Amino acid sequence: MADIPNRPIYMDYQATTPLDERVLEAMMPYFAEHFGNPHSTTHSFGWMAEEAVEKARGRIASLIGASADEIIFTSGATEANNLAIKGMGRAYSHHRNTIITVETEHKCVLESATQMAREGMNIVYLPVGADGLVDLDIFAAALNDDVLLVSVMAVNNEIGVIQPIREMAALCREKRIFFHTDAAQALGKMPLDVVDMNIDLMSLSAHKIYGPKGVGALYVRRESRARPEPVLSGGGQEGGLRSGTLAPALCVGFGEACEVAAAEMDADLERLQCYFDRIIGALCAPERGVQLNGHQRQRFPGNINISIEGLDGELLLSSIRDLAVSSGAACASAVSGPSYVLQAIGVPENLAEASLRIGLGRQTTDAEVDYAIDFLLQAIEQLRKKA
Amino acid sequence: MIYLDHNATTPVRPEVVSRIAEVLALPGNPSSTHAAGRQARKVLDDARDQVAAACGASPREIVFTSGGTEANGMALSGISAEHLIVSATEHDSILTHAGESGLPYDVVPVDSGGSIQLDVLESCLRAAKGRMLVSVMLANNETGVLQPISEIASLAKEHEAFIHCDAVQAFGKIPVDFEALGVDYMSLSSHKIGGPKGVGCLVVRAGLDVKPFVHGGGQEMGRRSGTENLPGIGGFGMAASMVPDLLAQMEELQQWRDSLESDMRSASNDVVVMGDADNRLSNTLNISMPGVDNDVQLMALDLAGYCVSAGSACSSGKVSVSHVLQAMNVPPDIARTTLRISLGWNTQQQEVEAFAEAWKDIYSRKAAKAAP
Repeated sequence: MADIPNRPIYMDYQATTPLDERVLEAMMPYFAEHFGNPHSTTHSFGWMAEEAVEKARGRIASLIGASADEIIFTSGATEANNLAIKGMGRAYSHHRNTIITVETEHKCVLESATQMAREGMNIVYLPVGADGLVDLDIFAAALNDDVLLVSVMAVNNEIGVIQPIREMAALCREKRIFFHTDAAQALGKMPLDVVDMNIDLMSLSAHKIYGPKGVGALYVRRESRARPEPVLSGGGQEGGLRSGTLAPALCVGFGEACEVAAAEMDADLERLQCYFDRIIGALCAPERGVQLNGHQRQRFPGNINISIEGLDGELLLSSIRDLAVSSGAACASAVSGPSYVLQAIGVPENLAEASLRIGLGRQTTDAEVDYAIDFLLQAIEQLRKKA
Repeated sequence: MIYLDHNATTPVRPEVVSRIAEVLALPGNPSSTHAAGRQARKVLDDARDQVAAACGASPREIVFTSGGTEANGMALSGISAEHLIVSATEHDSILTHAGESGLPYDVVPVDSGGSIQLDVLESCLRAAKGRMLVSVMLANNETGVLQPISEIASLAKEHEAFIHCDAVQAFGKIPVDFEALGVDYMSLSSHKIGGPKGVGCLVVRAGLDVKPFVHGGGQEMGRRSGTENLPGIGGFGMAASMVPDLLAQMEELQQWRDSLESDMRSASNDVVVMGDADNRLSNTLNISMPGVDNDVQLMALDLAGYCVSAGSACSSGKVSVSHVLQAMNVPPDIARTTLRISLGWNTQQQEVEAFAEAWKDIYSRKAAKAAP
């Protein structure tokens, strides 16, 4: 077995990512030295903080082809998704009353949609195929004159598949339906261009791209004249769309993370594809009873979700403590029972219970991948013998 | 530059910066069950204990939020009340939410010293129908005026109303004890006590409910979804643990503030201090410069190297007169000439003294110019 000095090995990059050193360095001065309130307009501490926030806003915008004034800072992607769905619903439900989303969206999209159902809106949940993807014909057929908003995630957090959001958004634009995408797992990992892709609203997160936790953003396309009703109101910051004192350190960290991602995305992606191929090649084979969940190619290669036949999921997780992987979404870790995403793609319950999400990222090394492969093969074999 | 705007935000204390740096180095998501996740979870637990201890609550009563504004919003829209009662000098986040709630609401006036008119509050409580929520701040952000929260809480209780207290500005400046105040809900913010921005909490009395404001993964016992701002929360915890140090400084700050005030008053008999002088935070001074608009003062002070503000930071971009001073019936031509000076943990005595000189210097120049 390959020798690895630092264990456990972190392979849970969909839950959160370690902070990039460059991000840390960019952030630190904004706690003590440049501590101003960016909304203080009467002195230089405030101006300096504001300048830093605006520079960060520009960097985030440029990673998705937006302009800076289309970026609304939030406390994270969860809040951004809440603002997009509840905010758009509350602002325009008198005009059109249906929201379309997908069964495999992140909990915060589904919960926001549920809240809008409580408030009287009609919510349509589209199914996905066994590959985890939405069928475009089914999608097109669901669009009608009552549809206000479509919300489909770019990259799934549990199984990593990439939804055809470009095609979906084009259809929506034709029918003057607002298109929102939760791009928390896609930002900085694949090219995104909101103009080219016809996207009206996009949720972003910093801590999934080696930035800090506690900050995210919602892109709101200026030309669409979409104006979600604020979820957080008060001081009127962020153009009235999101009140509350901004945290410059967090905004700066997010901006720096975007800058680094823009420069390193291609190289990161190429390396992750190699790791993906290696891990899949070594683990997934019918005779071994290990299967990859979700589409084989239309996916982010840093997400490897596998199911292992004939094993107890909990026993499996507890026997591989040296690998910090997860069985699904982090926020659902405390919830027992199989993942609703795996159920939606038709993975049988016993298999869904014995699933692992292996998340790779920028700091993953060759040696870690080799170690993980050996370690998993051995663990599976041992558990099989016991069983 | 000399910074005397601690009510807007405070520099992060060095101990807190170290704590933030420590937490930033942890890779995990606190909801993950592996070792990295558990390590992150411990940061949350420790901070929850620290914040609870600093405000006289129990740890399970603390719901972390993205800041005071969110905590206020959550209280006003997450409590099942049918009628809202707020004071006229509340923070914008309270007044806006009250206006947008769709519920009937009363705005209770304050007297010229900034204190809530308790008799009016009582008649509102008597007249309102259905379950009421009273929301009154402990200390005003612009004037520092303190409200008699315990008394207000007893009144509310008599009428079976919920009581929420925005203690954002009071926390770290006077002792704040959730239990002793007798309120049901209380908002706190980190960046006013030497902690980082982007984090705060709503304290929710055990046994009471609050509807989630941000929906999703169900963090914070289902009360506030979203991956927690771990470095922010860790920093907030550390800052909260140092609240006793802040309180110990207050006597000194009050001496400096008082001599600043008397120094400024000596420049002219027409100088007016906003708010009840005997019933306000020791670090805050809201004061007029007769005949000189505050934007003129601010420009001159900025050139001289001083940072103060004309009111709350979130509204300082607007030209309108402060709603707080309006509610206190301060004539607009005086309200226009007021500045807020607020001292804090790293303020030095000589900074305050130098400010007094700079202010008097500007006054003598501007007032001379204004004179015919």
